[in-house]
Amino acid sequence: MNDRTIGRASFLGILGAGALGLFYARDVGNVLGRVVPQSVSSIVPTSGWRIYTVGNSMPTYDPATYRLTVGGLVDKPASLTIADLQKLPRANQVSSFHCVTGWVVDGVRWGGVRIADLLDHVGADSSAKALRFVSAEDPYDDSLTIQQALLPDVMLAYEMDGGPLSRPHGAPLRLVMPRMYGYKNVKWVKHIEVQASTQAGFWEQHGYDVDAWIGKSNGYFS
Amino acid sequence: MATSPEPARARRIQRFTRTERTLHWMHASAFFALLATGLILYLPALSTLVSRRNLVKNVHIWVAVAWAVAIVVIIVVGNTKRLAADWREIETIDRDDRRWLRGRKVPQGRFNAGQKINALLTVAFALLFALSGFFLWLGERDHRFLFAGTGTVHDALTFLSVVLLVGHLYLALIHPSTRHALRGMTTGEVDVAWAHKHHAKWVEAAEK
Repeated sequence: MNDRTIGRASFLGILGAGALGLFYARDVGNVLGRVVPQSVSSIVPTSGWRIYTVGNSMPTYDPATYRLTVGGLVDKPASLTIADLQKLPRANQVSSFHCVTGWVVDGVRWGGVRIADLLDHVGADSSAKALRFVSAEDPYDDSLTIQQALLPDVMLAYEMDGGPLSRPHGAPLRLVMPRMYGYKNVKWVKHIEVQASTQAGFWEQHGYDVDAWIGKSNGYFS
Repeated sequence: MATSPEPARARRIQRFTRTERTLHWMHASAFFALLATGLILYLPALSTLVSRRNLVKNVHIWVAVAWAVAIVVIIVVGNTKRLAADWREIETIDRDDRRWLRGRKVPQGRFNAGQKINALLTVAFALLFALSGFFLWLGERDHRFLFAGTGTVHDALTFLSVVLLVGHLYLALIHPSTRHALRGMTTGEVDVAWAHKHHAKWVEAAEK
């Protein structure tokens, strides 16, 4: 080994380790995530949640003025407070959250209402085929077919991990659709339009798939 | 301050050519722009403060593309031979360098062993940033290329680069015996007396 190979070997070694990291580094990150205290990882994420917002600022929840409006193909358009929603049958679930950019959070505890109970409440028309969820974060929206929205693990959540939904996670109400990527899980839901068909949501207009099934979408040949 | 009885205008020697300086400052500017936008995308506190994710993300990606193009242009259009010689020198960690790294006062070349390691790491990190960044971009569009650790590698490189940057800025701007080197990267020239003290092997070879 001459003088030059030392430097070159170190250089190539770092490149190789970094390239291998593309496949294995998440496990290292997850170990770090367990070691690093919550107070640090809430500022500098090692694993788990990232907060993505698209608007000019994050919406603020005011219980006095907040109403979830439900309109479109319904018999009884509704305007509901969170307290109203809490009077509907309560659903609980534990599910994983997959972001399209690759990070995953397992074991998230959600509390809220099933879509079926909400649709019963407003009396959805038989011609209705889709739901469009409009966020208070302008211009974010996204939609699901009614069939997708009625899957047993889809809900509108007002609670997360044992407490009220926090502002970065979409307070007071977000859609939870664990079988699809995070961008379908609209935060800060303020309006639900019951309509005849789905339409491309915010990220879908930027190239993502409308049917965002985890592992089966967002590929050129999927 | 220099205590040598030399005339007010010290003798200077060229340390960095225009190509090397252009490469350095282009990389530095791009790094700061990418760091600023990257931290907004990465740190929850900044993400929620700034928001406008799509815009910030596009700026980050296009600065990265511009950075990559600029690197290639500087290497091709600039003094390629000189850059190749720099790289040869940087890769060569000789016996004196290894002793220097163990804390011995040994004469050093145009780059001391610490500068060589900084340069090796900077280039390696830049290539890995580009590689992991490319797969972050591609993986979002085609999930066959969404590898589990890509984001972690990109994040870890950020931490390591910031550590490296802090050390580099301290030595270049604050530390009394090394901060003279900054003028080598701005004007291209350093005082011969300073160079004799810190990079003896280089000056002696250059003056022969």
